[in-house]
Amino acid sequence: MKHLLTTQGLSKDDAILLLDTSAQMAATQSRENKKLPTLRGRTVVNLFYEDSTRTRISFETAAKRLSADVINFSAKGSSVSKGESLKDTALTLHAMGADAVVVRHSASGAAHQLAHAGWLDAGVLNAGDGMHQHPTQALLDAFTIRRHLVGNVGTGVPGSRQSTDTSAGADLSGLRIAIVGDVLHSRVARSNVYLLRTLGAEVTLVAPPTLVPVGVETWPCRVSYHLDETLEQWQPDAVMMLRVQRERMSGGSGSFFPSPMEYSRKFGFDARRLAVLPDHSIVMHPGPMNRGLEISAAAADHPRSVIVEQVANGVAVRMAALYLLLAGTDETGTEKTGTEKTSTDERNTL
Amino acid sequence: MNPGSRMPESSALPSQASTAPSTDPGVAAERTVLGEADIARALTRIAHEIVERNKGAADLLLLGIPTRGVQLAHRLAERLTQIEPAFDGEYGTLDVTMYRDDLRRQPTRAVGQTVLPGSLDGTIDDKVVVLVDDVLFSGRTIRAALDALNDLGRPRVVQLAALVDRGHRELPIRADYVGKNLPTSRSERVRVRLADVDGGTDSVVISGVAP
Amino acid sequence: MSAPSTTTYVLRGVLPYGTDAVDVVLADGVIAAIGAPGTVEVPESAREVRAEGHVLLPGLVDLHTHLREPGREDAETVFSGTRAAAAGGFTAVHAMANTTPTQDTAGVVEQVYRLGQEAGWVDVHPVGAVTVGLGGEKLAELGAMADSAARVRVFSDDGKCVHDPVLMRRALEYVKAFDGVVAQHAQEPRLTEGAQMNEGVVSAQIGLTGWPAVAEESIIARDVLLAEHVGSRLHVCHLSTAGSVEIIRWAKGRGIDVTAEVTPHHLVLTDDLARDYDPVFKVNPPLRTAKDVEAVRAGLADGTIDIVATDHAPHPVEDKDCEWSSAAFGMTGLETALSVVQQTMVDTGRMTWADVARVLSENPARIGRITGSQGRPVAVGEPANLTLVDPAATRAIEGRTQVTASDNTPFAGMELPGRVVATFLRGRATVLDGTVVDGTAIDAKSLEGATR
Repeated sequence: MKHLLTTQGLSKDDAILLLDTSAQMAATQSRENKKLPTLRGRTVVNLFYEDSTRTRISFETAAKRLSADVINFSAKGSSVSKGESLKDTALTLHAMGADAVVVRHSASGAAHQLAHAGWLDAGVLNAGDGMHQHPTQALLDAFTIRRHLVGNVGTGVPGSRQSTDTSAGADLSGLRIAIVGDVLHSRVARSNVYLLRTLGAEVTLVAPPTLVPVGVETWPCRVSYHLDETLEQWQPDAVMMLRVQRERMSGGSGSFFPSPMEYSRKFGFDARRLAVLPDHSIVMHPGPMNRGLEISAAAADHPRSVIVEQVANGVAVRMAALYLLLAGTDETGTEKTGTEKTSTDERNTL
Repeated sequence: MNPGSRMPESSALPSQASTAPSTDPGVAAERTVLGEADIARALTRIAHEIVERNKGAADLLLLGIPTRGVQLAHRLAERLTQIEPAFDGEYGTLDVTMYRDDLRRQPTRAVGQTVLPGSLDGTIDDKVVVLVDDVLFSGRTIRAALDALNDLGRPRVVQLAALVDRGHRELPIRADYVGKNLPTSRSERVRVRLADVDGGTDSVVISGVAP
Repeated sequence: MSAPSTTTYVLRGVLPYGTDAVDVVLADGVIAAIGAPGTVEVPESAREVRAEGHVLLPGLVDLHTHLREPGREDAETVFSGTRAAAAGGFTAVHAMANTTPTQDTAGVVEQVYRLGQEAGWVDVHPVGAVTVGLGGEKLAELGAMADSAARVRVFSDDGKCVHDPVLMRRALEYVKAFDGVVAQHAQEPRLTEGAQMNEGVVSAQIGLTGWPAVAEESIIARDVLLAEHVGSRLHVCHLSTAGSVEIIRWAKGRGIDVTAEVTPHHLVLTDDLARDYDPVFKVNPPLRTAKDVEAVRAGLADGTIDIVATDHAPHPVEDKDCEWSSAAFGMTGLETALSVVQQTMVDTGRMTWADVARVLSENPARIGRITGSQGRPVAVGEPANLTLVDPAATRAIEGRTQVTASDNTPFAGMELPGRVVATFLRGRATVLDGTVVDGTAIDAKSLEGATR
């Protein structure tokens, strides 16, 4: 893997490799010494054009746990809305010898451009681009779903045989996932729809019609305008609530729904709606939550809510992504010298 | 991923199968140096040596290095159970991928599992750890394994068992238990085949250019 | 200024409008003779152009060119843009009003007009802004521009829509006095706030804010009804959707005096190209779907769409080498327009070369009210404004090697059919042997001709 930019087109094998690697990374994170030497000497740049302390910290933790050097480059606040800055920043990072760039940007496609415009040759990890994609969020969601709903995962002693993730290699076949809320503006929804479907799950998007994009018909999912009906009749195994941006309801004639109260009433997740679901079902949210708007406190803090666990899994998933992007041969092959070949051949029977 | 991106290798298998008859002149056909019975005898002997050296099997922890080292650890554990009834037959897996020094020189390797026997409560402190691997060559894998062990805890002693020692060490590492010392040239390839992993029958074969 | 050009040309074996081979003699700025090969009398001094099998068309006329001067000389100048126009086979262009300062006064349109004359590559006819500063609030001095030396007849706020219906009605009415036309950039502003690309399947997947077809169609529908109501002439710029074609077809059937244009890029490119986020494909109106491409081709073939206009929109590298959402809208087109029309309409059998002359020369000249000098028939005694194209040639398109000062061609890396071999502006070769003829002096006659 040279880049991780989108879940659309990610092969099932790659997706499962990412999840399995995440599981191995997660296993190391319950040890006393959480740090691995794997990416020693490699430089990871967190290039954040949007404020997102949570995501940045998650990536930073992941990189540091793998012993990579981390440089945080916060472009927010400075006058970088113009495009030259992305290019110039990329050239700067290239000159500094960044091995991977984790990029968060308000412009859809920014990560794709960083990877393919020829500005730098580092691996690019998309940490959210506009309304397009946020692949590690979808991967951590899939990872969380798999841990809870696939295989028989104990919560025993970390590192011991009991805690072995028996879901290794498994997909999400047969699971039903409802994604509820502002689909139109959501990179989390786009990323999840494609990834979950690739992994064999069925996805239903639930939103008011104003928050469903024109053109959704080609997405590998179904769409419903009714939350209660979906919960009662479809009985999803997991319900993923999306954050509703406050500005979506304050646009005057351009607002997407009449009032927060009406939204809550029709699309908010609460204990009453949770009670309709099967007993094994889980409740998810990518955070940060608007408690009382798209999710009630009772639902968010319910034992079947896995929201906090999603955050923890984020580190493991990002470690896996960084590992798979950075641990292999340089694309340029500069590390390869013919005379060294035999010395690396020790495990020639593997 | 994206068009043009490189897919991770799903395994670290060498690309050329040594069983395929080579058309390259000067490359000798492969020859079998250990058969099924030889391997069984060697493992039995190693099991005895382990008990002898450690005066029993108290605190003994076998850790196999994937892939074939795990199978060999399993077989050693079976033998130890017979020799030393007090031994509980458990063994573990130690994945060293993330500790290797050659990650950047190879296509991305899949990370394997590290699994400790459940009875250990997640710690290897004060254990007598015997690392089990199939072929000992440069010593770099064992160096990685020692680092990986270090992150798991502090064993009382660490020993090494290898089915084959083919020489050409690049680090000051030696095996405590060796099934067979096998003089080879660097350009040769040594492969251990185990029935439970590779199918067929157990064997150790050498292929490639003879000196 | 040097002496008038006295070069006489004989074009051997050319095919006027793609029909039978003839020899054509150009002398004193006009077509002096046309006859079967070898039968016409050729002055001894005549320079011979071997052009067997090449198609001879009336010089192309672009109703929609952005020359960027004054204001954005880093993207294009009147000189570089008109030189590119000549390379593309054009002998006249209409220079859009969205310059800085805006072409909303007699002074600015006369400046652009004179820059065009001085450059001498093609006739430059400035378009006047409909509203002051393209602000959409107050009518510009349309009459003053019409009466100026530039004799403006086409008025447009292109780049912005005249969205206020009352203002649009007034403009349509007002230009009747001097036979002007309002060329509307049909884009409902509220429906396209923050819009980045066609709204549909692709925008939904790649997460760019959608630009619905209805934002274009609703304005066109309103404007044809307004034009009918006040009995005015309306021109619709760069229509891009199947629905727009239907509305124009309906309006024409009703007898409304409306004309419509399509750009070369909307004849061939689709919104799928946005998937790699390369801003070279970011354009206003946006690239649409394959269904829309088919509809505009059909509309062009059946005459619903009157003309092809380039909407040549040069941008400096830094305005395109950035995130899609920060990038400028627009693509260059002068040097590829004829090739795209050949590929999509002629080579597919949907149009003849006579149709090409109609949509790229005669109709735009008629809409721009410059038929005195441009869009004339290929006939003896007519001004020698001609384009010679080798339809059998193919060429690889590359941004850097184009004549325009900007690189933003969406056709980079593609092979297109057809090559402009020569362009004549009143008998003077601006392009010969496929390359622009630099350093030729402008003769006085050319200048006179341009003001005719």
